[in-house]
Amino acid sequence: MGQRVPSVSKKSTISAGNKAARLGLHLAVIAVVMAAGLGIAMTLLGFWPALTVASLAVAGAGAGYWRIRNARAAATERAHSLVHHHTAYVAMWTGLPAFVLLLLWVALQGPIIDQLSISALPSEVLDGLSSDQISLLLSEIKNLAAGVRFGEPADYMVAAAERYGAWMHIAELAKIAVIAAIGLLGLSYSRSRITVAFRARQGVERIIIGLMIACSTIAIFTTIGIIGSLIFEALRFFQHVPVTEFLFGTRWEPQVAIRSDQVASLGAFGAVPVFLGTILISGIAIFVASVLGLPAAIYLSEFASTRVRGFVKPMLEILAGVPTIVYGFFAVLVIAPAIRNVFGNMLGLDTAPGSALAAGLVMGIMIIPFVSSLSDDAIGAVPQALKDGATALGATKSETVLQVVLPAALPGIAGGMLLAVSRAIGETMIVVMAAGIFASLTINPLDSVTTVTVQIVTLLIGDSEFDSPKTLSAFGLGLFLFVFTLMLNVMALRIVQKYRESYD
Amino acid sequence: MLTDLNLDLSASGKLSNVAPLLIDRPAGRAEAIAEIKISARGVNMWYGSKQALFDVDLEIPDRTVTALIGPSGCGKSTFLRTMNRMNDAILGARMEGDILFDGTDIYKGNVDPVQLRAQVGMVFQKPNPFPKSVYDNVAYGPRIHGIALSKEALDEIVEISLQKAGLWDEVKDRLQDSGTSLSGGQQQRLVIARAIAVSPEVILMDEPASALDPIATGRIEELIHELRENYCIVIVTHSMQQAARVSQRTAFFHMGTLIEAGDTADVFSNPLQQKTQDYISGRFG
Repeated sequence: MGQRVPSVSKKSTISAGNKAARLGLHLAVIAVVMAAGLGIAMTLLGFWPALTVASLAVAGAGAGYWRIRNARAAATERAHSLVHHHTAYVAMWTGLPAFVLLLLWVALQGPIIDQLSISALPSEVLDGLSSDQISLLLSEIKNLAAGVRFGEPADYMVAAAERYGAWMHIAELAKIAVIAAIGLLGLSYSRSRITVAFRARQGVERIIIGLMIACSTIAIFTTIGIIGSLIFEALRFFQHVPVTEFLFGTRWEPQVAIRSDQVASLGAFGAVPVFLGTILISGIAIFVASVLGLPAAIYLSEFASTRVRGFVKPMLEILAGVPTIVYGFFAVLVIAPAIRNVFGNMLGLDTAPGSALAAGLVMGIMIIPFVSSLSDDAIGAVPQALKDGATALGATKSETVLQVVLPAALPGIAGGMLLAVSRAIGETMIVVMAAGIFASLTINPLDSVTTVTVQIVTLLIGDSEFDSPKTLSAFGLGLFLFVFTLMLNVMALRIVQKYRESYD
Repeated sequence: MLTDLNLDLSASGKLSNVAPLLIDRPAGRAEAIAEIKISARGVNMWYGSKQALFDVDLEIPDRTVTALIGPSGCGKSTFLRTMNRMNDAILGARMEGDILFDGTDIYKGNVDPVQLRAQVGMVFQKPNPFPKSVYDNVAYGPRIHGIALSKEALDEIVEISLQKAGLWDEVKDRLQDSGTSLSGGQQQRLVIARAIAVSPEVILMDEPASALDPIATGRIEELIHELRENYCIVIVTHSMQQAARVSQRTAFFHMGTLIEAGDTADVFSNPLQQKTQDYISGRFG
């Protein structure tokens, strides 16, 4: 017992030192984050407006702090909330409304001034102009206001540019004035509420919960926005091409004439070959990855010595860091010729120069780390008690692993597989290089096929117009890719939920 | 003087494994006369450079509940795990000495730990049913050891094991439910049924009731009492009341050393060693 005492006191001094260091680190991190936030706000929202909001918040904090300090000094009863709650309460009430207003202002200022500038133009100028031409006119005014001149602008344009510059200037000043007014209003309101009995802690917590709700709402609305734009563009595509043709057609030849004098086919938009190609290549890839990755994971987590594991696991994970274009080289220069040699020359089969097999094999190697690393983690998370239970029943190591550990790790392994599949479906570069860009309706892995993502890329590069079915079909493909991966996700979640066991 | 008595014991054990257990104190009881199932001779155990057991000699009789008691870290669980070679898998674990199971040294050359564990079952502190159905949990051992030759035989083994574990009536209508969906006490009886299903001769229990509520603990203790009829049971427990309730023999460990072993009633009411006296009266531990 006597020996323990000094070691305990030594420990406590170390932890006190650690505590100070940790506090310092915390403060430094907070300072860096706040400075970065202010920097970003200054860049995006303007230097002076952002500075105004920040100073308002600081002023609010100071006002709240002094108010509660004095109130506590004067009061006889115990304060309900701590000093920093009151401080934060006033700071938030000062800074947040001003910040929200600033965001709204920044979002709306441009369109409103644009509208004003257009309506201030002489009406004969606007007569008979399309909306595209009006927006061209508007950017000319903005250029003029910024001092960029092309040729001799008309008088009414010069006047418009001057008006535009003046309005912008007024708007900038008004912005800061309004922000400051709102901030000060919030400050005086919240400061007036600060008393010893005021429940500032609840107030602060409500505001923080509100902020978190706002953040999650933004994420949700972004998702909805992405889906919405995808559906919108896809619907435009389906005005040109019937859904049934897209879903069930077996010919994918999206080349259509861009100008009426061009010689080109009418195009065919049956997406079946494209989806079949995607499924074929992803299927080969996931097969390769699980056949190689799962045994590797089992070996690493259950059989390998610490030294082997420490060497092999990082080596496997390096595979995840290789750029996909390098895998593409590998597929084209090594795997594709090898496949041609083996299947073409030795077995005498018809082999395309780029084949689904080459792309799938290399893609499978690429996603091995997803499968092996995540499965390894899942296997490692199986409680020792389960393994002991099997061992104590006289199960051998391999029986334990196959019959007890793997079923228990299944949800994690399924998660890893799913991640690998979605990675495979989204992969473009290897397929472009190794499997080609022409859609053919085949499940022969030695044929050249294409995938959804490759098609989207080829449709959107080069000479394209945003109202031709060729370009719009990319959105149709994108929508169906989205639905497809969503279904995969839902399926995997179901599997994971069904087989999940809780170990606590 | 205790060591003298133990030497005496091991001398007799060497002659024949059916030799009656010598009564190692004058006030011994009649029921102490039983066949010796396991005897440990001079067992030393190290984890890396740390020695966990010091020269332990202990005789464990058949069809008796032997309780291993002692404060945390005293080596009682380590000793328990030497008896079915569960320490083998632990990195850096090293053992010296002999453990005789029916007279055979289980650490000598041709003993297969997998075979041994089919004869020496184990139940752990936390219930650890496999993520399989109730039926498959119990059937697991018989399956891997090829005990049942037909589906009917397997069904019978599962039913008998669950009955012996006092769980049959509660689960007979949901044999296909997941074993992990049972309550904590039911899970512990399930893993006891799983251990029984391979018809072991010895059941080792490592604090089998410490994660359970008092009612479930009571059921497990009743079960241990019933199982004693047919098995040699060794139980590690932190609860001295439990040791007093369920066991006929008690061994007290302290800091890796076996301090005292004897009939439970004697160890608790009339300990020979001061340390035992102190521990039992709650002065440390």
